[in-house]
Amino acid sequence: MTRKWDTTSEHLLRELAPQVLGAVTRRFRDFSSSEDAVQEAMIAAFTQWPQEGIPENPRGWLIQVACRRMMDHVRSEIARRERETTVATETKSLAPLPEIEADMDPDDTLILLFTCCHPALTPSSAIALTLRAVGGLTTAEIANAFLVPEATMAQRITRAKQTIKTSGAPFRLPSPHEVTERLPAVLHVLYLIFSEGYTSSVGPHLQRFDLAREAIRLARNTKTLLPDNAEVAGLLALMLLTDARRAARTGPDEELIPLDKQDRTLWDGVEISEGIELLTAALSKASVGLYQLQAAIAAVHDEAEQAEDTDWPQILALYELLNRVSPSPMVTLNHAIAAAMVHGPAKGLELLRALDADPRLASHYRLAAVRAHLLERTGDYEAAIKHYRLAAERTTSIPERNYLMTQAARLAGD
Amino acid sequence: MKYILLMSGTKAGVEAYHAWPKQDIEAHMAVLHRISQDLTESGEFVATQGLAEPREAKVVRGEKNGLPVTDGIFPESKEFLLGYWIVDVPNAERAYAIAGRISAASVNMPIEVRQFRP
Amino acid sequence: MKYILMMNTMKAGHGVPSWPKKDLQAHIAFMMGLNKELHECGELVSAEGLSFPDQAKLVRAGKDGRPVTDGVFPESKEFLAGFWIIDVDNPQRAYEIAAKASAAPGPGGVPLNMPIEVRQVMSGPPPDML
Repeated sequence: MTRKWDTTSEHLLRELAPQVLGAVTRRFRDFSSSEDAVQEAMIAAFTQWPQEGIPENPRGWLIQVACRRMMDHVRSEIARRERETTVATETKSLAPLPEIEADMDPDDTLILLFTCCHPALTPSSAIALTLRAVGGLTTAEIANAFLVPEATMAQRITRAKQTIKTSGAPFRLPSPHEVTERLPAVLHVLYLIFSEGYTSSVGPHLQRFDLAREAIRLARNTKTLLPDNAEVAGLLALMLLTDARRAARTGPDEELIPLDKQDRTLWDGVEISEGIELLTAALSKASVGLYQLQAAIAAVHDEAEQAEDTDWPQILALYELLNRVSPSPMVTLNHAIAAAMVHGPAKGLELLRALDADPRLASHYRLAAVRAHLLERTGDYEAAIKHYRLAAERTTSIPERNYLMTQAARLAGD
Repeated sequence: MKYILLMSGTKAGVEAYHAWPKQDIEAHMAVLHRISQDLTESGEFVATQGLAEPREAKVVRGEKNGLPVTDGIFPESKEFLLGYWIVDVPNAERAYAIAGRISAASVNMPIEVRQFRP
Repeated sequence: MKYILMMNTMKAGHGVPSWPKKDLQAHIAFMMGLNKELHECGELVSAEGLSFPDQAKLVRAGKDGRPVTDGVFPESKEFLAGFWIIDVDNPQRAYEIAAKASAAPGPGGVPLNMPIEVRQVMSGPPPDML
């Protein structure tokens, strides 16, 4: 008996993707070809199920279709390599399809996550592969998200899998030591997906809610798989506490609205509560990680009913801690802003001077933008205008550019 | 990061190109086509376009009485855009390497490389 | 038929405009409105802005196959600032759209009448030129 395809069906289908991939990879021991086969099964499902209804055992259906593809692949490999006795023996030892379901392992998704976020991959390759293999998005959807042609994205994913194959990574659960070592790469990829959805680097839109939502979903799944890991909880909390503000970040013409000017009644109270709850539980585990700290900062912002109520001294203390745990130019920038809020803009500008020597940041638009903002607060309007314009010239985001140009024009007077 | 690679030439330059033996022109086209294929292979290709004859180019400056004000006159020295590639690569160095390859295939004419906003 | 509408700028003159805020906002709104209109009648293929040319490089192949980059440009060189790719029925429509873009408001709300170059885009591999 089939179920009708409705608005929740796509989500269901995508949840199944990594489970199916795990089972098929486990059986055929070829991640790359299995991933292709599962992709094809997913596309078949997306095409047929809306019309014919969802099968009674959707996971079994997907596994069957993927396995058939794999068998075709294996047979054509045999035909090509005539005297491959190893392959012939493998074919004989393949269990009949129904057994595969019993072979399902809840850890498969975790293995997939670690496989896809392989340190040998570039961030953009890891993101693309994770979105397809773990997220269950189609190549076309991912291509669209990053505004590249589908053929390009397909190749990017194929090459990523090639790199993984060459690295010889076995398909098994990482040891606790490996988890500790490789988890940062996984969290980083998920964080990048979220960031891309929150502040797009491509296209005219500032936010892409679908990508942000996808990142949150993947982070939730990761938390289910690693329930005791404080950094995983920290990352999910950070995403929720940041995503909570999305409705207030852009105006009716998609113009950027900075934090201190946002209408906080538009913030998502449910997400904020969940984020704070997660964070509190994570912090109680006594380790202080990068994402937990960032989440804590987001929480302090989100707890202020109005911008004026923001507990800046607490934020400053958190940035000082962050600067010790994970120093980076971006942290220094944000630290300078917090210092300015507590000790005055001159103090913030002083901290920024340290960044002028940093080649990574010297021509980055954010340094100019923050400097402009602080100069404005000191009353040095001429210098502020100059830096707003500099920032506008350097940013590659159209909404940011419009915002910065408008700030310069505002100060220059009507 | 996305970069746009621009190939430009003067009217005189284009005319000289037209005077090449047919097989040389075809060979050139084939190499450029190959480059685009390789870029798709490597997951870096975003777009490429060739533009039509500069001699058909027009410049429009506003409207007068509701009609566009057009003009087909350009200085002899004007460099016209002949075509472009858009690539998605991890850093500027890779964009320069691709541009270098296009240049090498095109009598070493300079290829302008700019970071692309979207 | 596909056309490219190009906005060129001189390097010396580049930089964000220093107009009064409301004129700037009017300009931004006009451009967004134009793109929206073109999108709605199915004529817009893409509208892109390029980053400012201070980071532009000219690249040639070097002797050992490695690229040789150069950031020096003649004073008179025009840089591509942005372009639209439109798909329309005839060249007149392309010129009409270019005229609209050209007449975007500037300081004091006065139409800028910036020169917009209009060229047809090749639809397939060009038979005898690039």
